[in-house]
Amino acid sequence: MKRAFYWLLPHPFLTLLLTVVWLLLQGTVSPGMVVFGLILGILIPWGTAAWWPGTPSGLRLSRMAVYIVIVLWDIMVANVQVAWIVLTKPNARLRPAWVVVPLELRQPEAITVLAGTITLTPGTVSADLSDEGHSLLVHALHTDDPDAVRDDIKQRYERRLLEIFT
Amino acid sequence: MIWETVAIYAVAFCLIVGAAFSLIGSIGLLKFNDAMTRLHAPTKVGTVGIGALLLASMIHAQIFSDGALHDLLIMAFLFVTAPISANFIAKVNIHKGSCTAPPPPPEDDTWSTLDVPETDRALMPETEALN
Repeated sequence: MKRAFYWLLPHPFLTLLLTVVWLLLQGTVSPGMVVFGLILGILIPWGTAAWWPGTPSGLRLSRMAVYIVIVLWDIMVANVQVAWIVLTKPNARLRPAWVVVPLELRQPEAITVLAGTITLTPGTVSADLSDEGHSLLVHALHTDDPDAVRDDIKQRYERRLLEIFT
Repeated sequence: MIWETVAIYAVAFCLIVGAAFSLIGSIGLLKFNDAMTRLHAPTKVGTVGIGALLLASMIHAQIFSDGALHDLLIMAFLFVTAPISANFIAKVNIHKGSCTAPPPPPEDDTWSTLDVPETDRALMPETEALN
């Protein structure tokens, strides 16, 4: 039963997401559109399963919701901070720095989420991953203490992601 | 009626915030003088700038015509794709050596952008072959 389920729906969350996206694209919720969205949501993951073999298992959705709220708030704060730096800091006093973040996360999906979060939040852009995927290279726009940036990323985001992707 | 007034002010506020952030993003793009710092202005300020503009569009559609939620999709795709383009631009900068060389990773051999096979080393730009 379980195998049949995963054969039909290799990525259950992707199926749900595609259906919701289809309904948003249509702009109306009618039974026909829901069914058509579900058909797309089943066919697309099924057709692309060969290129995405692993399924992230044990996603904790409640923690993910908390994470999304925190990240959205951080994006707002980050924007004001970066806008302030752009408007008030002369180039000569700007101290950009490379920050190396050693990763405890191992799943590619989790690392992708972390890298995306870093790019969207306070003055940091994730630039590169090491060849074996054990550390993340982050560029900070303005910092006096690169170690503090690293600890902040690990404390605030990576710890939560470790709890989400168990 | 009162709701329409509130909505008009909300739309105006969102438009001003969005326009201001987009302007600041472009100023940052012009002002910074290094390829990597330049990347910061549009990736972050741009997301809230466009986010606020889309929010204005969404409120307007919700109040003055039949509500459309397409803008939510634009925002979602923007937030998902902005880090990827930023990552690619950063990788190009590292690859071309147009920024200060990043420190070596603590555990692995090198950064994946600099992980060029032996046979292709001759094709790499000068600045980077030192790494």
